[in-house]
Amino acid sequence: MTGYTTCLYIPEKKTEKWGRSMMKPWKAVKRLVPLFAGLSLLLSACGREDLSVLRPQGTVAEEQLGLIKLSITIMVAVMLIVFGIAAFVWIKFRRKPGQNEVPKQVEGNFKLEVIWTAIPLVLVLILAVATVQKVFAFGENYSADKNAVKVKVTSHLFWWEFSYPDYGITTAQDLVIPTGKKIALELKTADVLHSFWVPSLAGKTDTNTDGTINNAWIEAKNEGVYLGKCAELCGPSHAFMEFKVKAVSDDEFNAWVDAMKAPAVLPEDPAVAEVFKNQCLTCHAVGDQGGPIGPNLTGIGSRESVASILLNAEGEGNYVGSKPAKDNMKEWLMDPQAVKPGNKMPSPKEDLGLTDDEINAIAQYLADYKLSY
Amino acid sequence: MAHAHTVKRHKGLMDWLTTVDHKKIAILYLIAGGFFFGIGGIEALLIRVQLAKPMNDFVTAQQFNELITMHGTTMIFLGVMPVIFALMNAVIPLQIGARDVAFPFLNSLGFWTFLFGGLLLNLSWILGGAPDAGWTSYTPLSSTTYSLTHGVDFYTIGLQIAGLGTLIGGINFLATIITMRAPGMSFMRMPMFTWTTFVTSTMILFAFPAITVGLVLLTFDRILGANFFDVAQGGNPVLWQHIFWIFGHPEVYILILPAFGVISEVVSTFSRKRLFGYSSMVFATILIAFLGFMVWAHHMFTTGMGPVANALFSIATMLIAVPTGIKIFNWLFTMWGGQIRFTTANLFASGFIPTFVMGGVTGVMLASAPADYQYHDTYFVVAHFHYVIVGGLVLGLFAGLHYWWPKMFGRVLNEKLGKVEFWTFIIGFHMTFFVQHFLGLIGMQRRVFTYLPNQGFDTMNLVSTIGAFLMGVGVIIFLVNVVLSFRQPKGVAGDVWEDGRTLEWAIASPPPEYNFKQTPLVRGIDAFWKEKMAGNKEMTPAEPVGPIHMPSPTILPFMMSVGLFIAGLGFMFTNDDFGNSVLNFLFGKYIITGLGLAITFGCMLLRSLFDDHGWHIDPDELNDKEVKAS
Amino acid sequence: MSTPHPQQAAGALPHEPEKATLEGRNKVLGFWLFLGGESVLFGTLFATFLTLRNQVADGPSASELFSLPMTAAATFILLVSSLTSVFAIQAMHRGNRTSLARWLGVTVVLGLAFLILEIYEFAEYIIHDGYGMTTSAFSSAFYTLVGFHGAHVLFGILWISILIGQLFKKGLTVVTAPKIYVSAMYWHFIDVVWVFIFTVVYLLGKVVG
Repeated sequence: MTGYTTCLYIPEKKTEKWGRSMMKPWKAVKRLVPLFAGLSLLLSACGREDLSVLRPQGTVAEEQLGLIKLSITIMVAVMLIVFGIAAFVWIKFRRKPGQNEVPKQVEGNFKLEVIWTAIPLVLVLILAVATVQKVFAFGENYSADKNAVKVKVTSHLFWWEFSYPDYGITTAQDLVIPTGKKIALELKTADVLHSFWVPSLAGKTDTNTDGTINNAWIEAKNEGVYLGKCAELCGPSHAFMEFKVKAVSDDEFNAWVDAMKAPAVLPEDPAVAEVFKNQCLTCHAVGDQGGPIGPNLTGIGSRESVASILLNAEGEGNYVGSKPAKDNMKEWLMDPQAVKPGNKMPSPKEDLGLTDDEINAIAQYLADYKLSY
Repeated sequence: MAHAHTVKRHKGLMDWLTTVDHKKIAILYLIAGGFFFGIGGIEALLIRVQLAKPMNDFVTAQQFNELITMHGTTMIFLGVMPVIFALMNAVIPLQIGARDVAFPFLNSLGFWTFLFGGLLLNLSWILGGAPDAGWTSYTPLSSTTYSLTHGVDFYTIGLQIAGLGTLIGGINFLATIITMRAPGMSFMRMPMFTWTTFVTSTMILFAFPAITVGLVLLTFDRILGANFFDVAQGGNPVLWQHIFWIFGHPEVYILILPAFGVISEVVSTFSRKRLFGYSSMVFATILIAFLGFMVWAHHMFTTGMGPVANALFSIATMLIAVPTGIKIFNWLFTMWGGQIRFTTANLFASGFIPTFVMGGVTGVMLASAPADYQYHDTYFVVAHFHYVIVGGLVLGLFAGLHYWWPKMFGRVLNEKLGKVEFWTFIIGFHMTFFVQHFLGLIGMQRRVFTYLPNQGFDTMNLVSTIGAFLMGVGVIIFLVNVVLSFRQPKGVAGDVWEDGRTLEWAIASPPPEYNFKQTPLVRGIDAFWKEKMAGNKEMTPAEPVGPIHMPSPTILPFMMSVGLFIAGLGFMFTNDDFGNSVLNFLFGKYIITGLGLAITFGCMLLRSLFDDHGWHIDPDELNDKEVKAS
Repeated sequence: MSTPHPQQAAGALPHEPEKATLEGRNKVLGFWLFLGGESVLFGTLFATFLTLRNQVADGPSASELFSLPMTAAATFILLVSSLTSVFAIQAMHRGNRTSLARWLGVTVVLGLAFLILEIYEFAEYIIHDGYGMTTSAFSSAFYTLVGFHGAHVLFGILWISILIGQLFKKGLTVVTAPKIYVSAMYWHFIDVVWVFIFTVVYLLGKVVG
């Protein structure tokens, strides 16, 4: 049984426990402790490791989950108290048949009212202290830190651009980072607002327009590929504006940087190379050639996906339902609008006049364009 | 006083178009609100069908964005707000012992502007495409560069017109509650629903002008080429977010406070006990309203306001939990020691308490900014606000409708059917939205038109869709109940629940045109209950029987709203090329806009020039009616 | 509808005729509430203007654009018109219809003078300098804020003019008095708004830059 189906059973378990604790209220406290432990266990078993907020793989997400657990604990306690009183009242004070005397009209009770003002206030204060601590910790700006890796994130309709100012390289869709290091992000958009979210590494930061550029940081503890998503409605393909964060060892990261800096590889067949140069490189770039309008294609064959949602079988994420990179590339090039409605790439076939053979050759070339690291 | 009936009385449709009677306007609000609620509900079901399975292609991405935008906008502005106004109109003048609202003319104007604004907004479906930038319409997505149809224009202009109606309604209820209370009804003797209406109206007064300005700015950007949100010319998209939420967050409390009022009335009546901690209830209501204006930026934690702002807005938001908690416990202790009768109305009110608490606690969780970085814009948020708005407000409205239905229409809704409706609706509701908390936590962001398989989202989404249809079934049962109720003869007992506490239960169901033959004298909180306990069957009158002054019906509010509708439609198409020189001239030179405004201002002029002195109902006629009514 | 009101028939008008009837009192209260909403409306416009006032893009800045003497004159005119509307209300409380109409007339004329100055100013910018709504974020905010106020002045002028007409046709009664009273409230309100505009838009723009 996978984690998420377990989640579905939480409410039932909860009501069951709550029902029992109602019968023996004095035992309630004793029962609550294992309940909360069980609850957090259940929660941590929820969702995919590379996607779930509940299964953090990085420093920020871990601390966020800590805060989430603290608040859930407080809130479940509050709920149990309210539900308990409610159930008691509903059962005990039902009007019995024939009951017709007028109940005592109670105006209020000062002591009780003070209690239920004071206790929530205390609970809120506990949460507030933890909140303020974390707000400032996550708000730290590491862009001046020499040990941090700086990345400029630029969001586009509907893809992500990552450039590394210290290394002079730019890539797209797969953000490659070394583990155990702070990654200082500077986030902005090239068009409408988007939001940068890697649930298992850190919460969101919006990518705003010039003038309101944001900074944030992430840190991956373990090597792996993590799913990133756009979390701000940005147009038709908002749902498909995904990206990957690939956390690798320091050595691999350096090897990747070197491979990115290597001279561009162009298609071997000169005719294909000519088409590629004239039609694709007007917007896209490989190595030091081409333009900055579309996603950078350097080493695109090593990426986890084509167009963020066609998952590559060669990728390290081992995705269910993935296909060979070449097939994905071809599917995309044959009709980009069918894959990602509303995207800005001209159709190679309709708009640029490429033949099926040319598309096939370019797909093959791009799928084979791998970086060794 | 022999000049009674010099006023022309209308029949049929004209009666409804010209009425200034708050009880009839309440029914108009209910019909219009119910109509838009239905549209919003159908949109919701279409959304859920699309999301029932991964990579579904039931609707296109563009259609989906239009659906979610219109679902949110319709439900909030055109669905639940009017139903709230329906209850306020039906009940408030009765609860305070008044013969009408302070401004009957404005009351009618408020309704018609709301209706024509709502119709304009929904016309977008057939005039080139609905708005597609979300109900929040964040810029630059909502600018002409990225939203190419007239959809967002329908949104900005439709909401301005509808919002005007809401603002007018708010001012009207404020003035009504301040000046029209019966003798003896001090502020601290007002029923809780009157109190929440009062506070809600204040919030409307201070929140709606802000969104009006925001919408004007966006309209100017889109139609006149202004640069408020255009970065290239120095504009600032984050400004829109601030203006939107300075309105948007108070709006949440504008919606929920009346529901708090309804719950207070229903719980107290069906427990046969006075409201526990009345003064702290009043205090909590005011505090929630006050704090409601201080917390707008908690919708913008990920916008990048910096840690100081995020920390302050977090704490302010969490504080709202305290007065809200006070309310919850006061309701529970109102029931404590009472004799609870689970009528349908009270079932809805009882269902409200735990459901709303669940929405409330997730609200506090969301208030913690660093954790919100994870929840923000995911299905966790979708779950939260549906728990608050559906689980809170809509359950409250159903409770209110079942409770006051006999007072509005003189007929009781079927109790058995009501219970089926309650259980279908609430089970469907929890099925739909409980799982969405977890969808959010395991990585599903909101406003996605579909999702890839194998992410662990599939089962929960299917459960959610099934739940949504169950809710739909609940609403249909309610509609059946409504239809059946009209097959009964009219005229149930005035105090139909037998435990009525407030003034509306002291008069006939439905009340006569003039509400109270003699203005009642209020001798304490729960005025009617107090008289009943003292052994009286009726309220003690505060005045002798005399002629009753009534306002005249008028078509002007309707015409003024038509004018605004025409002006809005004309302004929207200013820059369009119709391929027809006459049309281009009419729209491009603001002729249509001017014509619409001329109608509206012309009606205002007529209203000013020809004074309405109203008419009188003579005492002997009152006695006639008394005979007929009983 | 044409039946005379009892009090009017009696000929005696109370000292504060605007508050003599429930309708009158409601009207005054309702109008106070309306002005509360208007304050939020202008408050939001001011906030927008303050956010964008340095965002001039390629267009001129506030200090390059504005001429203080003219706006100072406009300010003076509008302030005096507030004073004349106070005189009008005093005349109304004395029950002096002729004096009331006269002071209202003076108020309208002053309002017109203000409006002409403002239109002249806008025309100067738009036609002469080619500086319009679309120039920059600052210009959009400027024209919207000041234009909204100008539209309010125009509405006030038309409104008070119509009330002067009613004063001659219907006389000073408990029906017309509340109308005149709230129109004076309205006029004071747009005066106060202008004082803020003069300070925030013109003085701040010219002096601080």
